[in-house]
Amino acid sequence: MTKKNITSVSMIAALMLASVSTSALAQTEISWWHAMGGVNGERINKMATDFNATQSEYKIMPVYKGNYTETMTAAIAAFRAKQQPHIVQVFEVGTATMMAAEGAVYPIEDMMKDTGEPFDKSIFIPGVISYYQASDGKLLSMPFNSSTPVLWYNKDALDKAGVENVPTTWDEMDAAAKKLVDSGMECGYSFGWQSWVMLENYSTWHNQPIGTKENGFGGLDTELTFNSDALKNRIAKIAAAQEDSSFVYGGRRGDSLPKFTNGECGMWINSSAYYGSMKAQAKFNYGQAMLPLDTDVADKPQNSIIGGATLWVLKGHDQDDYKGVAQFMNYLATPEVQAWWHQETGYVPITTAATELSKEQGFYEANPGTDTAAKQLSLNPPTANSKGLRFGNFVQIRDVINEELEAIWAGDKTASEGLDTAVERGNKLLRKFEKAND
Amino acid sequence: MIEKRPITTFISHFVIIVGIIIIAFPVWITFVAATHDAIRMTQSPIPIWPGDQFFINLKATLWDGISESDTRPVAFMLLNSLIMAMIIALGKISVSLLSAFAIVYFRFPFRMGFFWMIFLTLMLPVEVRILPTYEVVAKLGMLNSYAGLTLPLIASATATFMFRQVFLTVPDELLEASRIDGAGPMRFFFDILIPVSRTNIAALFVILFIYGWNQYLWPLLITNDQSMVTVVMGIKEMLESAEQAPVWNKIMMTTLLAMIPPIIVVVFMQKMFVKGLTETEK
Amino acid sequence: MLKRVHFGTSWLPFALVAPQILITLVFFMWPAAQAMFQSLLVQDAFGLKTEFVWFDNFKELLNDEIYLQSFYRTAFFSTLVAFFSLSIALVLAALADRVIKGATFYRTMLIWPYAVAPVLAGALWVFMFNPSLGIITYTLDLLGYDWNHKLNGGQAMSLVVMAATWKQISYNFLFFFAAMQSIPKPLIEAAAIDGAGPARRFWTIIFPLITPTTFFLLVVNIVYAFFDTFGIIHAVTEGGPANATTTLVYKVYNDGFIGLDLGGSAAQSVVLMVIVIFITVIQFRYIEKKVDY
Repeated sequence: MTKKNITSVSMIAALMLASVSTSALAQTEISWWHAMGGVNGERINKMATDFNATQSEYKIMPVYKGNYTETMTAAIAAFRAKQQPHIVQVFEVGTATMMAAEGAVYPIEDMMKDTGEPFDKSIFIPGVISYYQASDGKLLSMPFNSSTPVLWYNKDALDKAGVENVPTTWDEMDAAAKKLVDSGMECGYSFGWQSWVMLENYSTWHNQPIGTKENGFGGLDTELTFNSDALKNRIAKIAAAQEDSSFVYGGRRGDSLPKFTNGECGMWINSSAYYGSMKAQAKFNYGQAMLPLDTDVADKPQNSIIGGATLWVLKGHDQDDYKGVAQFMNYLATPEVQAWWHQETGYVPITTAATELSKEQGFYEANPGTDTAAKQLSLNPPTANSKGLRFGNFVQIRDVINEELEAIWAGDKTASEGLDTAVERGNKLLRKFEKAND
Repeated sequence: MIEKRPITTFISHFVIIVGIIIIAFPVWITFVAATHDAIRMTQSPIPIWPGDQFFINLKATLWDGISESDTRPVAFMLLNSLIMAMIIALGKISVSLLSAFAIVYFRFPFRMGFFWMIFLTLMLPVEVRILPTYEVVAKLGMLNSYAGLTLPLIASATATFMFRQVFLTVPDELLEASRIDGAGPMRFFFDILIPVSRTNIAALFVILFIYGWNQYLWPLLITNDQSMVTVVMGIKEMLESAEQAPVWNKIMMTTLLAMIPPIIVVVFMQKMFVKGLTETEK
Repeated sequence: MLKRVHFGTSWLPFALVAPQILITLVFFMWPAAQAMFQSLLVQDAFGLKTEFVWFDNFKELLNDEIYLQSFYRTAFFSTLVAFFSLSIALVLAALADRVIKGATFYRTMLIWPYAVAPVLAGALWVFMFNPSLGIITYTLDLLGYDWNHKLNGGQAMSLVVMAATWKQISYNFLFFFAAMQSIPKPLIEAAAIDGAGPARRFWTIIFPLITPTTFFLLVVNIVYAFFDTFGIIHAVTEGGPANATTTLVYKVYNDGFIGLDLGGSAAQSVVLMVIVIFITVIQFRYIEKKVDY
């Protein structure tokens, strides 16, 4: 014991003095912090390895840093400590925070120009990049994994329940859900990522504003206005649909996925990016269709908006490093890489060329419905209400929305009370953000 | 047994066994989940009896890990966890043995001040002070190092408090006798105090090893090097795959693997523990 | 507390406490001071724009209903966890101490779950109670009970309490059992000869003799329930649904780490530190007097 104690004390002392020195390699290492675990993490590693094999000057080093929020916080903490990575993957709700940090982020378009790498913005799908453009049209970050909510349906269950056509309106949804329950299903429909699906996309789909100042694109003094009668009615109807299990709430994010893949719920509204999981887990015929339309609110759908994440470049490295970053970004945008990523994961391709390539390869023919997401996004030219949203502190605001919606589903609040409170609490967070960033 | 009371004894056994079954149930479910294939684990109801995929899952998880590109097999993560846990356990025991000894056996200025200062750290977990601590570690240039990984976790008073309690119960006669023998403080410390409290050291080693082994948020924040991924971080990574359903059989297999080393420590140290206790009774 | 017999002043005690004090200063006091300073600032996440606002962050906290609610919730949660984990462990330890056959085996079986990381313990319980996949949810459903902790705050709280208690029983058991085993057997035998039954022996001899352990465990358990259950709450409910399981510590983490409201989060840390100092002093002063060593 005596010896052990002394050894361990000296070990600690040695450790205290030791600082890790990164070995100097001929190659320039470029760090890429991402939030993709599991199979998608493997795909990210493959992209990096493939890129590294195409040239010898730069080496992309992908690092998993936890989920989306953990990754973003890790990158910000690292920036404060001047240890930031070159590239960080940030989810769409973090956009306003990243944008406001003018001294910290290196807009993609500026970086491309400064490093002299070729860059043509017109190859991207407008519905995908509009979310990440500054008011002057400058592209700030590189769309990476984008998706949009779609209506997933269990074909077999709908057939069994006698529902002939996949619902296209909310009235048809309600009717189909009733039939599903009557035919013995445990639940008619469910959804995940409820703020994104039922609030943000519901609003853009019906061309309704979520907040003032073009959903925040116009300035930090924006205010939330989603507590409209249209949304209140819809949320109230959904809450009431719990009565006969037409609707069953299954948790935040994708927690309700097993409800659909297990055959409990016949319909499920969530990201098109669950395609990979569906392929692996659903033991029935399934398909994806466009989001249902609320005919009380609009005659025709506008367009849906994306979710997912983009790659942001952080300042503070050698200018030479950014040449490698720029080359890598261009590599990611090539039709081959994008088409592969799209077909493997169900994420939306970010360039028109990748869609074309997928079509040529016969992907959409072999997998009907897989182009739903891309169609929804480019259904109409985006309006001020539907090009996306840009609210500060939106991570927290989404939590507030989650909390209030959960209170509504649980019957603790009416739809009207819950949404009014959500707006009120959300606006407080917006003011806080304005104060911190002005 | 002091006297024969068959019914009481029977009830004792019965209650303990029921308690064990309830307590071990989640671990049993983990084991079962690790013996089935991925598809079976997404279908309700989940099985409660083992399947036949155990060795297939074991091999895949241990050597291929999460990543099919062979970069991070779980065996490698286990090694990292082991290093981290050992540094934390041994470091914390050494540091707190010394400070508890000073506080209990010496009269010196600021003694109580030091005690309170240490004692306060008992309370605040690293999660609460995580961002400022990160900045401090970064300023000291200790990101991505085992020092930065472990030292802030050593800064907690659980062990010091425990040793203080132990030393307080050590009979004063021992010190008096050792003084008569002409032994100095350090000889008393090594020859008397440490042997006397070795059972507590053993217990604390178990506790601290597990504490170190189970760290999650802190290692995640301060290591950017894939070569420093620990097994708990690895499991969280599998659980939180953005828009993917978790692969329960692999996750549960990794969970099982992550539990084995601490269990070995618990069981192995337990023997020492009991031996120490029977010896003191003699 | 100082030993009646002790060493005098020299440089030695300073050298002995030095490593601990050094680590405490650098990795605890320094960050704490930084948090205190931060609590007076409004700053953007990247630290590019900073404004000194005096006590605005604290004022805002006092007007935040959700923050005030999390106080009651934390107290409620901690009481339940400390009570259940201590009493269950005490009962099991007392029984295991009584039986001779299989005592070692029982102990092995009971301390085993202790090795599970909080994050993993959370994951296991979530897995068992998953509204659509969970084995227990399935059983409850057969019994006609509808379990959905993602919607029902009461159920979410029960689940977190269960997971937190489950994790802590082993730890408490380990200490109680060790303490009971170290009680000299002749003492108990003598009582038995005097005609004291098992229950009486427990309350008059065993329980008083393990008070130092109980005191230690009480402190550790309250601290555990108050602060260290973070990993479980994080994995099981993330503070939801509708804040039903948001404890003070979870809120600090959530506002700071997730919400990036560094000033507000730091203000909460400062409040926590004050509470910690308060609890520590009260608890220590009060219980120290009553316990005999």
